[in-house]
Amino acid sequence: MTQYRVLPGPEHFLPPSAASMGIYLPNPGEAHINGVIVPEEKAYEEAAKQFLMAKVPTLFPGPLVLWAWNEKAAKKATAIRHLYNTLKECVQPGQTPMLIPMPDYRPKYPKINPEVEINPNHPNLTIWHNKIDCCMFIGVHCHQANLSLKIIRGGTSCYTIAMCAQAGHEDAMLSFRDASVEKIMNLADAVKRLKGTVNPRLTSAKSGASN
Amino acid sequence: MSKERIKISEDLYDIMPSDYQDLVKSATYGKEDRGWKDIGNSKELIEQHSLCAGCPESMAFRYILASLPNPEDTVMVGSTGCTSLVFPMVAVHNIHSLFGNQNAIASGLKRALSVRFPGRTKDVVVLAGDGATVDIGLDMTLQAWFRQEKFTPICFDNELYANTGGQESGLMQKGFVAKMAPVGKLFDKVRLPEIARESGCHYVVQCTVSKPSLIEKVVRNAVMIAREIGPTYLQLYTPCILEIGKNSMEGLQEMRDSEKPTERFAYKEYISEPAKQLLAEVSAKDKEKKAAAKQLASQGA
Repeated sequence: MTQYRVLPGPEHFLPPSAASMGIYLPNPGEAHINGVIVPEEKAYEEAAKQFLMAKVPTLFPGPLVLWAWNEKAAKKATAIRHLYNTLKECVQPGQTPMLIPMPDYRPKYPKINPEVEINPNHPNLTIWHNKIDCCMFIGVHCHQANLSLKIIRGGTSCYTIAMCAQAGHEDAMLSFRDASVEKIMNLADAVKRLKGTVNPRLTSAKSGASN
Repeated sequence: MSKERIKISEDLYDIMPSDYQDLVKSATYGKEDRGWKDIGNSKELIEQHSLCAGCPESMAFRYILASLPNPEDTVMVGSTGCTSLVFPMVAVHNIHSLFGNQNAIASGLKRALSVRFPGRTKDVVVLAGDGATVDIGLDMTLQAWFRQEKFTPICFDNELYANTGGQESGLMQKGFVAKMAPVGKLFDKVRLPEIARESGCHYVVQCTVSKPSLIEKVVRNAVMIAREIGPTYLQLYTPCILEIGKNSMEGLQEMRDSEKPTERFAYKEYISEPAKQLLAEVSAKDKEKKAAAKQLASQGA
């Protein structure tokens, strides 16, 4: 059993992939928190808690939900909007939830506008610029999510959550698998349930992302 | 062919960056008579790019992307060079190949698309520089023509390796001295349009990109003929203004000077008999459509 734990960084410039450090993916009905397999219910609670603690909790929807390429994608987009609205309702003054899209994976040169989008090839720019301290990837193709999650862990102190439609992500600090509309709504319900019970990190000197 | 396949999820529409919203709202996907005149009236399929100010290649890119007859079902294959800096900004499916093997990639791609989408027209267009087309990738270029592969290679001919500082290329003119070729070219420019014709291409054009209407015509012809008959080839002069010592605003004049009848980029065209027949049929259909539209308009008035 590995002693390695997937924790907020900055880990270092080229962090190892969590899989290479012995972290493995959850089975259906499970999730992982920091690399430790847990029942999915526990992960909902933890993800909600992380969102409610964060100064800038942020959702990063990717192309698989931003583009209405089928009915399911459009429904997931509606659920994501619901989760975002729930976050806005449940946070305390001083916390600013954000919803920032990752429209595609093109390595945009010479620059991206970090206020309006995130790019998988340099996600740290958007995280630093908006001082995001907790984020969730959803609707991002796995290979691009893995790349981004590793860069974020390497260069920032942001807590990362992955709502993956496939088998989950070792490189996130918390990962669900088999994402569905129902699971997104479950997470929104967990946020509602924990409203007012979690103290945000507003005064912590170490809050926000490193830059 | 329509925008039906390019829709943003309604609930997340407001957070999409404006360039994506514009693509959905006003790009010319699915428009049958799209062409260079749409530039300025609709969202172009190229966003900001990182080519040099005044680079004729950027003009060529804009005209080609405005002229593709079927952009939503087109895959472009690029190669190493300045063009590879632009492809990330292009809203058409594209693949970056290794330096020189772009026509081999395109061959496999075109065949795979035909098998995977038998009922749908899928075009493949290769866009590479003269180094990739004539020097490093000549084998793959010729073999694709010999095999009668149904796609269109377009060569951006700037007559040297511009991206790496100005080395001699096969398409460089005889006697030219470049920054990294101080002796001067000892041999003639490779006559690739003639080689293309002899290798089985059904439509071959050599020209500059000084006239957008001409580029629209040749790109449409080349893609249509490649789709129905066999390989086509376009060689477009896109001078590297930095490497030939010109200023940003002098690219257009350089092309105009080089396309005069006695110059090396005088308009050159070859069309095979089957291709001529196809173009005549397409032209007749277009005329019919226009006449019908005119009649409808007059009835409406």
